[in-house]
Amino acid sequence: MAQRRYSLFAVAREAMRFHSGWERAWTSPEPKKRYDVIVVGAGGHGLATAYYLGKNHGIRNIAVIEKGWLGGGNTGRNTTIIRSNYLQDPSAALYEKARALYEDLSQDLNYNVMFSPRGLLMLAQTEHEVRGYKRTVHANTLQGVETEWIDAKRVKDLVPIINIDGPRYPVLGALYQARGGTARHDAVAWGYARACSAMGMDIIQQCEVTGIRTANGRVQGIDTTKGAIDCGKLAIVVAGHSSVLAEMAGFRLPIESMALQALVSEPIKPCMDVVVMANTVHGYMSQSDKGEMVIGGGTDGFNNYTQRGSWQHIEETVRALIETFPMISRLKMLRQWGGIVDMTGDRSPILSTTPVENIFVNCGWGTGGFKAIPGSGWAMADLVARGQPGPLAADFGLNRFREGRFIDESVAAGVAH
Amino acid sequence: MLTLTCPYCGVKAEETELAPGGEAHLKRSGPGSSDEEFESYLFARKNPKGVHFERWRHSYGCGKWFLAARCTATLEVFGTYPAQTPAPTPDILAAIKAKRPEWEGYE
Amino acid sequence: MSTRLSRGGRLIDRSKPMNFTFNGKRLRGFAGDTLASALLGADQMLVGRSFKYHRPRGIVASGVEEPNALLGLGRGARFEPDQRATTTELFEGADTASQNHWPSLDFDVGVVNNWAYRFLPAGFYYKTFMFPRVAWKHLFEPVIRRSAGLGRAPVDRDGDRYEQAYAFCDVLVAGGGVAGLAAALQAARAGKRVMVLEQTPHWGGRAPVDGGTIDGKPVADWIKSAVQDLERMSNVTLRNRCMVAGVHDHGHVIGYERVADHTPGDGRPRHRLWRIRAGEIISATGAIERPLAFAGNDVPGVMLASAVRDYVVNFAVSPGDRTVIVTNNDDAYRTAFALIDAGLIVAAIVDARPSATGDLVQKARARGIRVLEGRGIAKVKGTKRVTGVQICAQAGEGAALEDIACDCVAMSGGWSPVVHLWSHCGGKLIWDEARACFRPDATRPPTGDQGQPMVRAVGAANGALTLPEVLADAGGPAADAPAEGPIAAVWVMPQGAPDALRFKAFLDYQNDVKVSDVQLAAREGYTSVEHTKRYTTLGMATDQGKLSNINGLAVLSDALGQPIPATGTTTFRPPYEPISFGAIAGEARGEIFQPLRRTPMHDWHASQGAHWEPVGLWRRPYCYLRTGEGLQDAVRREIRNTRNAVGLLDASTLGKILVKGPDAGRFLDMMYTNMMSTLPVGKCRYGLMCNENGFLMDDGVVVRLSEDSWLCHTTSGGADRIHAHMEDWLQCEWWDWKVYTANLTEQFAQVAVVGPNARKLLEKLGGMDVSKEALPFMTWAEGTLGGVRARVFRISFSGELSYEIAVPASEGMAFWTRFLEAGADLGVMPYGTEALHVMRAEKGFIMIGDETDGTVIPQDLGLGWAISKKKADYIGKRAQERSHMASPDRWQLVGLETLDGSVLPDGVHAAAPGHNANGQRNVQGRVTSTYFSPTLNKGIAMGLVHRGPARMGEVLDFPVGADKVVQARIVDPVFYDKEGEKGNV
Repeated sequence: MAQRRYSLFAVAREAMRFHSGWERAWTSPEPKKRYDVIVVGAGGHGLATAYYLGKNHGIRNIAVIEKGWLGGGNTGRNTTIIRSNYLQDPSAALYEKARALYEDLSQDLNYNVMFSPRGLLMLAQTEHEVRGYKRTVHANTLQGVETEWIDAKRVKDLVPIINIDGPRYPVLGALYQARGGTARHDAVAWGYARACSAMGMDIIQQCEVTGIRTANGRVQGIDTTKGAIDCGKLAIVVAGHSSVLAEMAGFRLPIESMALQALVSEPIKPCMDVVVMANTVHGYMSQSDKGEMVIGGGTDGFNNYTQRGSWQHIEETVRALIETFPMISRLKMLRQWGGIVDMTGDRSPILSTTPVENIFVNCGWGTGGFKAIPGSGWAMADLVARGQPGPLAADFGLNRFREGRFIDESVAAGVAH
Repeated sequence: MLTLTCPYCGVKAEETELAPGGEAHLKRSGPGSSDEEFESYLFARKNPKGVHFERWRHSYGCGKWFLAARCTATLEVFGTYPAQTPAPTPDILAAIKAKRPEWEGYE
Repeated sequence: MSTRLSRGGRLIDRSKPMNFTFNGKRLRGFAGDTLASALLGADQMLVGRSFKYHRPRGIVASGVEEPNALLGLGRGARFEPDQRATTTELFEGADTASQNHWPSLDFDVGVVNNWAYRFLPAGFYYKTFMFPRVAWKHLFEPVIRRSAGLGRAPVDRDGDRYEQAYAFCDVLVAGGGVAGLAAALQAARAGKRVMVLEQTPHWGGRAPVDGGTIDGKPVADWIKSAVQDLERMSNVTLRNRCMVAGVHDHGHVIGYERVADHTPGDGRPRHRLWRIRAGEIISATGAIERPLAFAGNDVPGVMLASAVRDYVVNFAVSPGDRTVIVTNNDDAYRTAFALIDAGLIVAAIVDARPSATGDLVQKARARGIRVLEGRGIAKVKGTKRVTGVQICAQAGEGAALEDIACDCVAMSGGWSPVVHLWSHCGGKLIWDEARACFRPDATRPPTGDQGQPMVRAVGAANGALTLPEVLADAGGPAADAPAEGPIAAVWVMPQGAPDALRFKAFLDYQNDVKVSDVQLAAREGYTSVEHTKRYTTLGMATDQGKLSNINGLAVLSDALGQPIPATGTTTFRPPYEPISFGAIAGEARGEIFQPLRRTPMHDWHASQGAHWEPVGLWRRPYCYLRTGEGLQDAVRREIRNTRNAVGLLDASTLGKILVKGPDAGRFLDMMYTNMMSTLPVGKCRYGLMCNENGFLMDDGVVVRLSEDSWLCHTTSGGADRIHAHMEDWLQCEWWDWKVYTANLTEQFAQVAVVGPNARKLLEKLGGMDVSKEALPFMTWAEGTLGGVRARVFRISFSGELSYEIAVPASEGMAFWTRFLEAGADLGVMPYGTEALHVMRAEKGFIMIGDETDGTVIPQDLGLGWAISKKKADYIGKRAQERSHMASPDRWQLVGLETLDGSVLPDGVHAAAPGHNANGQRNVQGRVTSTYFSPTLNKGIAMGLVHRGPARMGEVLDFPVGADKVVQARIVDPVFYDKEGEKGNV
């Protein structure tokens, strides 16, 4: 379907007639009998997979099936941090691909996803972290990821509201990625959805997968609350519910679903123009364009599908951030919420073929999926289209768990440890 | 924040007194096991949305490990029992069946 | 104008006037006022500017639902932005300021005029600002950020303190209105332990304003006696100024008590956070009145009908001289009576219902109030204050029938039960067609740990909206109030409002979301209620949609042509009302941000200039700074002194785990890669511990204390983790093995005495034979040293002659002092962790956390000698047989020596030729530890290099910046005293 381009002129023209001429951003069709590819999960990763299947591989007979509303899972619940300062080569390649795609994503999708490369700091608050982040900087340099080590004074210059000489964990410096930042999470899902719809793909919301049909070790189709749909290939891109879908297809994944919580303050005028992550004390914070301080911390430790977390983690996170930014003590928490993250055995994602032919999985993004969306979609589309992983996905296969070949990012001091 | 009753000391413990330990009743694979068995032991997880058997330690209490049968979708606790059992006890299975008649059982 | 009436005001104390300021203007109110009532009493209706269009905004509500009256309160260390004026009690000297405008509240250049805002509908920024690419970050985003946000950011460290408390009860009643009090009485009389939390300073909720009788008594009298009855019962706790902020799983309730917000600086904690475990939670949280959507419904002077009568009755404040009431229900008629009783004018009651016939309507007519049926408001006139309304037929499209002059509009769109606490843990709602509201579905409650219903809603929170219904629902005595006629489900006025009106009919005041925005979202396919919310920002303001959500989803449902329940609601998330971060953090800040573990010698270190390094929750001296020294100087001095004379290290933080029992040896053979069962009594052995995934997780010296007991040393900060690891295996895997473990880390102080003079120093203390013959390397002995019971371990982490001595913790400090005194002439000097690290690196000893990082196996570190080949099994053995771990292509430990003697930077990588498939530079190794060795007077390093040990002598390139490369040669990792002569004396 031909879509009208979004632009300032289009908005101005519509203003004259009270915006009565805008068309739907995406259609909501009934499912067809069969698609070349079905992507289960209309979150950022699923929609991006469909988008790049169309854009890079010319596959457009695609349905994206969503149990709830598109972008309603972790894409719409995360703290929107974008960075690629990863230590291990495979991670750095994938996340940097994603970050680079974010740079042009608004223009590519003709939808302003508000990518804001405002800079991202990971504070070093122990000698061990100092060494770990210096190691990351050196690794990043060879990986083509622009990061630098900065000292505490420079940290203070970049973040005037920070307390660099706290009594327990003074800030010793930071790993700085100047082109890291944030984006508007909903807009990423909406922008991809609109672009997929424009390519003729079907985004089918309120449609839950109830079964996966296979024959002779090969996928045939899916059963859904809107009926049976056949497919050539099936991509499972459902984050926290990956194990549930895998169970339907008859295999198990190295994944456990846990709650990750986040919270925001009431909005205030701009006071922080970078993203700050403090991993020793376990908290991170940025300020949204609306003015809210957006805050996150560590995951809960037990299996959970409720999208609610335990209160003590909220306390721990807030304590950590008051220690880092004493001025927030008199701000108020406006809202807290939770998402279900899929944690793998090595805390790195899975982009993989599966024991069932033509079923592919994209999962295990844990606490860090949003930043990867464009790169994940790009690599997943490649995997689905060709049936085997390209260089970006090559190291993220399920086989690594059998071989003992892990991609462990927690080794970089502080990250997700 | 969960509460679980420690089957050793009888205390109904706050989650802050407890440490979670992942899926229960995993059978250890040591030397001599196949690659597949070993991978399965270390990584393949049921991770069900529903009835789940898991390990907890009463770490800021009596220090004992115990097992819990809990629903991951509602957080309902069907019961807790000592860690020294290779499979869910008949009592626990009965308690779950009473609450979740449609549950397909422990495999 | 708004003004203070000369009589009345049930909550204010006219004998206690209070001074306060607003934007620098000195104003006066009374004790018992809220900031909002005091402002209104001082004719300050305009209190802020909206988020997006910067439109003038006045006070709308009288409680937590207020979207507009958010003020900056206080100064300096007590400044707080976004303080809700309607829920903040006035106090003497309160310093308040309006927000979100420049240069002033009255004249804000940010205001978007009536023409331009048509260019800024919902979601306009998703469609614009895309070109050029850099413009978003550098041009558009900064402008948007500056105009958004509300209050200014605090600057200073918080001047107040906060505390947290625990409580347990059988029944927690949230809300001290008549429903809550009735429910509390019922539970308390049944013998339950009851807590009643009320967010305001007053009991009884809004019943005293609305009137009626309970148990034959006027409501105010019944409330008084109910509170007295509850206060007399020992099983009841009543707490006001305490809001239930959230209901969490398994009956965990967070209470937020505003202890001293109204008495700032009196020394009490400002807020108290309650963590309560409740057997049952009764949600008696009342209901919130809804606005109606008509053009100009945001002009200051348009208020909720209930708020208007609250201000009149509770605070003797007249919001306006001449009020028009607009409603779709009977309840709003009470506002007319309150105004007339106060001597004010009700110009008309505009009732959207074609026919209104309830008792209250009859009474209004009887009192001569003009009632217009089937009418609506087409538009409100005025900009910074209402000057009149234009009346139209509700069924029509807004043609003006009549203008009515007024300075206040009291609106009522009906009432929405406060279902937040019901919903926090997943309680479901049903749509009540008759009452036009969502209310709790008792058949689908939130459930607790046993699957039992966890929350029960009573009273207005349960959809019982009249006094008799409320009391009946809450199990209270009979009540009486006038019968009310049915509500009409009217959301927008007039029904067929054209674009020009819908573009000015506000749903969410703070975020400037209008009826037209929700309709646009629906047209564009953002049809899920969550999409609409996020696309338009409806309900995302600081009131979290308390006023706007239901109206918004009614408009959305209408736009989609579906019934309201098919649209559903967004998720209700805690907290019910924003709560301070200060309260969430409690006392844990600054020095006590986390628990601090202290060794027995901690204070001595502090007194000697220790530069601290956090290690777990411990703090260890990194080095001891002397006057005039830099860190580097101090570390080098400490190393030289230790190598040349004798150094003392406080090693108390090392983990010490006792493993005892008939099966202890067998157990340790599984825990360690080495064979520990064969270790003879009296001997020590360096051990490696892996996890089941094969990775090296800890190391330390294991000591055979006796036939059935071993003492396992772990890394500092590792003791608790390793002890838990041991217990895990013992309890969950080998529970029939007879082994007992105890973590004795804090029971012993441990001192390392290191250096050529170490033996002399021990001999000066006397009491034990520590000679080479009596106590050879890797043995230990027990005895009395300098009069203190001690275990002396002859082990070394520096290559020097070295003893580690454990003494009871209580004697640690005295023992330490004795060494210092006795060693004065031997050159004794303490050293810190950095000297420790450098000396171990000089000897090529690995450090957990430096050479290991969770991806390294012992085989990578040349530690094959510490892996028993005889054992059938140990934790990690099977994992290490996997293809990637057994591969010869792993990176392995080597020494690295720069060609120019310089120190390799931390964390540098050795480049290899070419690039990988992702365009990354190939690498073949990395530095794990790198130091300047004062002993050797050059840089030394250890690293992991691809097949490293087979490549001795090879020179590697280490890029250390954009275009600089440092070259280093692969060497033996033991740099100092390769033959081990220093320690073997």
